[in-house]
Amino acid sequence: MSLGQRVASDRELTRLLQIGVVLEEVVEARANRHIESMSEEERAALDEEIRDLLEDAAAESADHRARLEELIDDLDADTVGYEEIEALVREHYAATSPEDFDGVLYDQLCNEETAYKFYDDLITAIEEGEAEFGIDRDRVLSTLRRIRAEEEEGVEEVTGIMERRE
Amino acid sequence: MNTADQYLKAIYLAERMADGPAATGELAELLGVSPASVNEMVGKLEERGLVEHEKYKGATLTDEGSDRAREALRNYCIIERFLANVLEVEEFRDEARALESVIDDTVAERLDTIIDRRSECPDCFDAEADACVYLDVEAGSAD
Repeated sequence: MSLGQRVASDRELTRLLQIGVVLEEVVEARANRHIESMSEEERAALDEEIRDLLEDAAAESADHRARLEELIDDLDADTVGYEEIEALVREHYAATSPEDFDGVLYDQLCNEETAYKFYDDLITAIEEGEAEFGIDRDRVLSTLRRIRAEEEEGVEEVTGIMERRE
Repeated sequence: MNTADQYLKAIYLAERMADGPAATGELAELLGVSPASVNEMVGKLEERGLVEHEKYKGATLTDEGSDRAREALRNYCIIERFLANVLEVEEFRDEARALESVIDDTVAERLDTIIDRRSECPDCFDAEADACVYLDVEAGSAD
């Protein structure tokens, strides 16, 4: 058991970046699945703001994933295939799917908040450790800080839409 | 998972293994810290009403402490299952221990949306083996 938040090795850093990739893949796959699982009527009733939000969320997650994968690649490790995670999301979606549009928004808010918290904890754990990595530490931190800032914007965007719908 | 939750989880597991109060020495070994650190933290948890401590016997979780410990253990199970079954990490126990302090509850809940977990979790966690009894430990390595 390891007490305290520190990333101590390339192996731990790689694993945490892989977890970041999976979280992004879950966001992307769930956002796509929300749209796919709707009936024709529901899609017609879906307002443009929510549709744009889900499409943007999927695109942003794909972009974050690509940036994390560059780091993982430079650490000489493998990433986690999107198809594999998408299949798992599909398999478990029925048990975890939101019931309505507000549920979709809430799910999206959870995604953004979770991703923000993950990157925030990861950045702290790297900053508090003294380990040298196989890739430039400043590059890792600047990549993660940029992604964290975008997740923060995502939280604000979803919150704004939720407030307008109240 | 924060340090207090890691302590609560360790006390919960040590109580189960000893079938009685969790001894300081056992907790120090489980957590990889000194007995003095254990005593200090157990004292703080006692002040918060999460643990009762009896000299020469050890620590016992209160009902509230037990609920928190079970939640922490559930999240730990999610991390182990995710590492073993999704990332196919052979050394999933060691890696879960190394990573648990960086994985927040909300992150564990998201990972939980893509893994299979029994409804009786965390009762199916084997404290001695440090893993769920139903976990497929034959998973290959992705490294």
